[in-house]
Amino acid sequence: MTTWPIFEKLEALRLRGQRVLQRFRRVRRRVAIILAVVGPGLITSNVNNEAGGIYTYSLAGAQFGYNVLWILIPMGFALFVTEEMCARMGAVTGKGLSDLIREEYGFRVTFFVMCAVLVVNFGNVLAEFAGVATAMELFGVSKYISVPIAAILVWGLVLQGTSRWLEKIFMAFCLVYLSYVVSAVLAKPHWWVAALHLLPTPLVGWVPPFQQWVKPPQWTPEYMLILAGLLGATIAPWQHFYLQAAVVEKRVGPRQYRQARTDVMVGSISATIIIFFIIVCAAATLFTAGQHHISNAGDAAKALEPLAGRFASALFALGLLNASLFAASILPLSTCYVICEGLGFEAGVDRKWNEAPIFYWLYTAMIVFGAGLILMPKAPLVRVAVLSQVGQGLLLPFILLFVLMLVNRRDLMGEQTNSRTYNVLAWGTSLAMILLTLALLWVGLFRPQDLPAAPVG
Amino acid sequence: MLHATEVLGAETYDAGGNFVGRVKELFIEPADQPNRVSRLLLGRGQYQPLVARHEQVAFVAPGTIRLNVNEKALELYQPNESWLAVRKDLLDQQIIDTSGRKVVRVNDLDLHEQRTNGTVEMRVSQVDVGLKGAARRLLQGIVSHSVIRRIQEKLPPRAIRWEFVNLIEPDPLRRVKLRMTQEKLARLHPADLADIMEELSPAERQAIVASLDEETAAEALAELDARLQAQIVEKLDPEKAADIIEEMDPDEAADLLADLSPETSRELLQEMPREEAQEVRALLRFEENSAGGMMNTDFVLVGETATRNEVVEWIRGHDVNLEQLDTVFLVDQDAGFTGAVGTARLLLAASEQKLATLRSEPLVSISPESSEKEVFELFDKYNLRSLVVVDPSGRPIGAITVDDVVSRLRSRL
Repeated sequence: MTTWPIFEKLEALRLRGQRVLQRFRRVRRRVAIILAVVGPGLITSNVNNEAGGIYTYSLAGAQFGYNVLWILIPMGFALFVTEEMCARMGAVTGKGLSDLIREEYGFRVTFFVMCAVLVVNFGNVLAEFAGVATAMELFGVSKYISVPIAAILVWGLVLQGTSRWLEKIFMAFCLVYLSYVVSAVLAKPHWWVAALHLLPTPLVGWVPPFQQWVKPPQWTPEYMLILAGLLGATIAPWQHFYLQAAVVEKRVGPRQYRQARTDVMVGSISATIIIFFIIVCAAATLFTAGQHHISNAGDAAKALEPLAGRFASALFALGLLNASLFAASILPLSTCYVICEGLGFEAGVDRKWNEAPIFYWLYTAMIVFGAGLILMPKAPLVRVAVLSQVGQGLLLPFILLFVLMLVNRRDLMGEQTNSRTYNVLAWGTSLAMILLTLALLWVGLFRPQDLPAAPVG
Repeated sequence: MLHATEVLGAETYDAGGNFVGRVKELFIEPADQPNRVSRLLLGRGQYQPLVARHEQVAFVAPGTIRLNVNEKALELYQPNESWLAVRKDLLDQQIIDTSGRKVVRVNDLDLHEQRTNGTVEMRVSQVDVGLKGAARRLLQGIVSHSVIRRIQEKLPPRAIRWEFVNLIEPDPLRRVKLRMTQEKLARLHPADLADIMEELSPAERQAIVASLDEETAAEALAELDARLQAQIVEKLDPEKAADIIEEMDPDEAADLLADLSPETSRELLQEMPREEAQEVRALLRFEENSAGGMMNTDFVLVGETATRNEVVEWIRGHDVNLEQLDTVFLVDQDAGFTGAVGTARLLLAASEQKLATLRSEPLVSISPESSEKEVFELFDKYNLRSLVVVDPSGRPIGAITVDDVVSRLRSRL
């Protein structure tokens, strides 16, 4: 059989087409790999901006205006440094933080760490349900309706969903944070004055041409307290466990580590940007109007209404609702995973109830009691929130110490231990965090009269 | 019965009643006896630690040990890689429970005492992974042994017999020294093995794959998700990787190679025998989620004029992949596809019956470019077990089996 020349040409064309298609496929695969790695860092950093965090940020903006903004850049950096170490440990060892603590420090240490994690995270879950209650009350829904619905939603969502599907929902939650950007725009701040405040204010304040807009901050105890609170609200103990577990769960190996680090970086930056907008929003309205005191995040939303309009206020409340629901669906679940895996109980939503009873009961109990306590008519919400804050402050130094000790172990991390410069940065960050939390704790224990103004979250 | 946590930290006295030191570690020598605690490491503060052998132990109780020799008779401690250390290698570490087919974490070890004239031997009987062990670990040294024993009587037991325990040691040299084999793992179903591997860390997974024989490794690998497959294969040395991929079904091998970097994939294909590599290469040309990407080139093709007996004889005489033997496909003299015969029909047919009379209606086939959705629809509509893929001239080039369809459908859920 002879072939016609035209067919040969067609064949050549077809082959070329196939080659192009193959190259395209390869690119698509590479994009797919990046997308497959993105998620844990983004989600972790954003969950941090939960109900308590939003209150702290609006309080900071209301009390000191733009003057607190300079801390955002070092804070975002600290967030990245601490999270990056956990992501790296997850990628290199393939084990969660609680697994590593258990394997290297034994049962008893793990048990106490896990108990502390449980108590502190439970306090946080309470704060989230309180956030749901306040946000929905702004929309005119009683907490006796909104909180039970939220509890059932969270409980069912997580127990029914597969992890891939859940992650998509969580990513959507991250998007709703943009409502704060809109709120801030509606508040009509002086954008470039705000931007100028992002530079280290104590320095900028002395540069003559800037003096008319930027005043050096007054280092009063209240000011220091709010700075410590901002840091405490942004870097929380549980996020290290969650991030590392999520990295392991996504099967990020040393090879995909670079993408994972990008993910963590994007997460830290986006979380910091959201914080910027929340603070700016409060600064442009509450601070300018002289309304320096709010007692929860709902107050901030309410106060926005006369100052920036109804829409801005509603968006602020929506953001609060979103953040509370987001954190309420992640916190109890991650807590149960961490505890069960550290102590060696069966865990996982793909197991059946009777295969992993402790896991499911713990999860259910956290949600039932978390929502139930909020519904108590005279719930001591402020005290609970303050106690949870104190607990977090107490726990964080220990967790950071564990992270630093583990990440520098050559037998675990091989070549991927911290470099010397990185160690200086990481220890510096951790020491600063430890000092600040100790300072906060000191205030919490010995000057409780300052506490209503103290940040919660 | 004793527990490892009760012996660890125990005060040890020599034959003369003098205090020697505290037990810091228990060693098992798998090369000698798989379950006997053969040596005790005795820490003595700033002095060099000593080692007591099992025949030097006269009495063991929770917190106390008495030796039948003098302190001078004990040897100095020299670290030895071929000793399995109970505290370091077992307590708090993950092991594979081969009877329950899952990964668990060790809380404690149950030791069984065997008394022979004047000495006490401790043998590991089971590994505690439940609340009993947890309570013991938590309370040890805080309250007395008898109180702990009373508390743990009330707790539910959860333990794994030592025979069913499979240790995970990522270091291949140490594995050899400890005489660790993966026989127990190789006996598990590949799907269970894959589930277990998913729960482990990358280094441990690698260790398991490296120590399994190629066939078991290939079966287990095929059950893992695509990302893990690629991760594992990229870290294996190319020769071993090629051997494993060779054992996989061509369609699975092609899917795996498509997920690797182009360089690795080319290298592995070069390592594989020519014929297998050819089959896989042919499959790699197709888009992964097309009929061509789903099909397998391992299938049974016979002339339509053959009789039932001839076909059965032919199958017996050839090394046919049994998983592909749901259906036998018929071709005419020009190798065009003319029909499919289920093996169940073949089984029941009379020995001289022509295959052409057995074929199932209607004649269903699909082109390699068709989407996987069309494949699903055909399987659903005609209740197929396998579906032939034909080239434009109607010649069969591969077959899709129902297991491929199920795994694709599940990954879409």
